[in-house]
Amino acid sequence: MSDKLHFSLVSPARELFSGEVDHVIAPGTEGEFGVLAKHAPFMTTLKNGVVRVLDGGDTTMRLFVRGGFADVTSTGLTILAEEAVNLDSIEAEQVQKDMDALRIEILEEGKDSGKHEALEEQYSYLESLKAALLH
Amino acid sequence: MASLKELKNRISSVKSTQKITKAKQMVAAAKLRRAQEAAEASKPYASRMANVVANLTASMGEGAGGPKLLAGSGDDKVHLLVVMTAERGLCGGFNANTAKAARLKIQELQGAGKTVKVITVGKKGRETLKGNFADLFIDHVDMTEAKNNYTPFALGLGHDLARRFEAGEFDVATLIFSEFKNVMTQTPVAKQLIPAEAPEEVETVDLGGAIYTYEPSEGEILEALLPRYLNTQILSAMLENAAGEQAASMTAMDNATRNAGDMIDALSLQYNRARQAQITKELIEIISGAEAL
Repeated sequence: MSDKLHFSLVSPARELFSGEVDHVIAPGTEGEFGVLAKHAPFMTTLKNGVVRVLDGGDTTMRLFVRGGFADVTSTGLTILAEEAVNLDSIEAEQVQKDMDALRIEILEEGKDSGKHEALEEQYSYLESLKAALLH
Repeated sequence: MASLKELKNRISSVKSTQKITKAKQMVAAAKLRRAQEAAEASKPYASRMANVVANLTASMGEGAGGPKLLAGSGDDKVHLLVVMTAERGLCGGFNANTAKAARLKIQELQGAGKTVKVITVGKKGRETLKGNFADLFIDHVDMTEAKNNYTPFALGLGHDLARRFEAGEFDVATLIFSEFKNVMTQTPVAKQLIPAEAPEEVETVDLGGAIYTYEPSEGEILEALLPRYLNTQILSAMLENAAGEQAASMTAMDNATRNAGDMIDALSLQYNRARQAQITKELIEIISGAEAL
C-alpha cells in the first residue's frame, strides 16, 4: 500500500486537517464508509459522528463532525463539515458543562421561543459529542 | 490675533485629539490583523463549497429545474437587498460608500418597476438609508454583539432568507457589502444570493471518465447543500466586511493623526511668533521708558 489518500477537512471557521493519509472512515447519512486511495468519485452528506483517520493500521486522529459533505474525487477526499473538533483537544467534563448551561437556557427560553429548535439541536449535538468522547 | 493663552489651549486640545486618533489607529490595526486572519481561515471552506456547488449544478444540467434556491421562483418582481455595513463610524467613507451603492441599486430597481425590500445589517447603513427608504425596511440585523464570532449571525440571516424565500416574500435576493481588496481599497459590490449563481472560476476535477456516485440522490444533496452555500456566502461577506471596516478605520485614523500633527506644527509656530512679538514689545517699552528719564 504505497498509495496515499489526500484528505482535507474544513469547517467554515478554518481548515482542521490537510495531508496524506492511508485510510479515512466517515459517517455518511446512509452508513459509515471508508475511503482509500484511488476511490471512485463519490459524494454524500454526513451525519453527526466521528471521522477516523488511519495510518499504517492505527487510528491517528479522531475528529467529531456536525453534519456536512464528503466529496471524493481523483484528487482525494474533502470533508466540508458544518462544525468540527479534534476529539483529542477537548475534555468530556467541559462538554458536560456546556450541556448543563444549554439545558438551563432551553428551560429559560421555553418551548414557544423561536430559538427552541436550534437550542435542542445544539444539545443533541453536544450529547453525541460527549458519547463519542467517552467511547 | 489670538492671545497666547488661547493658542496654548488650542494646541493642547489638538494634542489630545491626536492621542485619541492614534490609539484608535493602533486598535484598528490590531483588530484588522485578527479580522484578516479570520477571513483567510474561512476561505478554504468557501472555495471548496463553491467547487462542489459548481460540480453539482454542472452535472444536473441546464434547465433541469432543481431546488428553488437554485432555479428561482420563476419571477423577477420583488427584489430583496441585504445591505451590509459596520456598526460603528470613524472609518472614513466605508459606510457611506456601501450606502451609496445600495441607494443607486434601489433607484435602479425601482426605475425598472420592481418592488424593493431592504434588510440592513449593521447600524450605520440603516441610519444613512433611513432618510429616503425607511418604508422599504423589513428587518435589521444588529451585529453589536458579534464580538468576532459572526457564524451565528450568518446562520440566522441565512435561515431567515431561506424562510422568507419559501414564503414567497421575494424573488431575487442580492447582498451588498464591501469587498476587501487590500488595506487601502474596499469596494462595495452586489452579489446575487437567491437564485444561487453557480460560481464561475472553479477548477473542475478531471474524473478520468469515472462516474460520480451520489448518496443520497443528486437532487437531495443539492437541496441540503444550497442553504449551506447561502450561509457560507453570507458568512464570508460578513468577515470581509469586518476586515474592510478595520482597514478603513485604520487608514482614516492614520490620516487624522497626521492632520493633527500638521495642525500642531502650524499652531506651535504661531504660538512662538506671538510669544517673541510680546517679548520684543516689552523690551521696547522698557527701553523707551528708560530713555525718557
